[in-house]
Amino acid sequence: MTGRLVGAAAVICALLTIPALAGETVVQVTLKDHKFTPAEVEAPAGKPLTVEVFNQDSTAAEFESKDLRVEKVTPAGGKATVRVRPLKPGRYRFFDDYHESAVGYLVVK
Amino acid sequence: MLGALIIVFREVIEAGLIVGIVLAVTKGVSGSRWLAALGVAAGVAGACIVAAFAGALANALAGVGQEVFNASILLLAVAMLTWHNVWMASHGRELAAEVGKVGAEVRAGKKGVVALGVVVAVAVMREGSEVALFLYGLAASSGSSAWQLLAGGGLGLALGVGVTALTYFGLVTIPTRWLFRVTTVLIGFLAAGLAAQAMAFLQQAGLVTALENTAWNTSAILSDSSLFGRVLHTLIGYTDQPSQLQVAAYLVVLIGGFALSKAFAPSHTPRRRVAAAE
Repeated sequence: MTGRLVGAAAVICALLTIPALAGETVVQVTLKDHKFTPAEVEAPAGKPLTVEVFNQDSTAAEFESKDLRVEKVTPAGGKATVRVRPLKPGRYRFFDDYHESAVGYLVVK
Repeated sequence: MLGALIIVFREVIEAGLIVGIVLAVTKGVSGSRWLAALGVAAGVAGACIVAAFAGALANALAGVGQEVFNASILLLAVAMLTWHNVWMASHGRELAAEVGKVGAEVRAGKKGVVALGVVVAVAVMREGSEVALFLYGLAASSGSSAWQLLAGGGLGLALGVGVTALTYFGLVTIPTRWLFRVTTVLIGFLAAGLAAQAMAFLQQAGLVTALENTAWNTSAILSDSSLFGRVLHTLIGYTDQPSQLQVAAYLVVLIGGFALSKAFAPSHTPRRRVAAAE
């Protein structure tokens, strides 16, 4: 139920915030208990991506990745959207700069 | 506790280096200490406001408010640093000629220092807002370890201030006649590095999509998240995986800044004589 709500909210947000980017791949991860779910997400190679991070913790997080070249503060209970360049196949690491336990990977195929 | 110390220290280094450089550049200029203090105070206040409204900021401008805000204040700092260098170059001769005259010093202080005061405020605000958010998160999360973590954060902050002091005292040991040249070069590289950072935010927001491929990857040799990498990141803008746009912006600001300084420098006065007159 909650998942569906979050999903619906995500779709609405996506429609509201990035109408111009229709056709882009959207990748979603959720941050809870300072862990990313899923810890590994897949995306196609050679296409621009939008990564959405839902922070369900009660503390702020900083979604960061050196490989993806993004860093964005994500408030408690908030959402962050970042755009990522078209990627070559590989494993790209991302993390929460405020909590070392939170690490995830974007697998590009 | 160690984790909190490291995280806060890492954030504070960047602002600390910049504040240290500004303090050294404006050494001896009347009123500059007050301006620097004002810059730090304004930066801290700004950081708290940014942290408090992080949620609103993140959602602003269709979700790219944070990036636009970061890119804007970074570019403001670039403009201020470049303007300072150009102003110093164009007034270098009179400054050198009138050195010791209180009136000239006050005039120099007012114009050249205000820009750097803004730079201090911007640097402290940017790094400080992340520290404020992090420490707020620690304080908010209930648990017996919260105070220990806060103590770690406080210690990290103190160490960051130590970096400022080290930068300042390191720079002011340079003889005065060289200090101006050294700081001009330092500020030129600082501005170029900040411009490159601003480009990363614009690309992350999807506002700029040109030249977004990675120019090189030297993360295996020197990671820019290591301590030394971080210091280099602030001082000369070192990035281990820059986009092509970042490299382009870096070169434009670096070369453009020095070219502007040259263009505005009194042409009939060889720089060597200016240095000798000091």
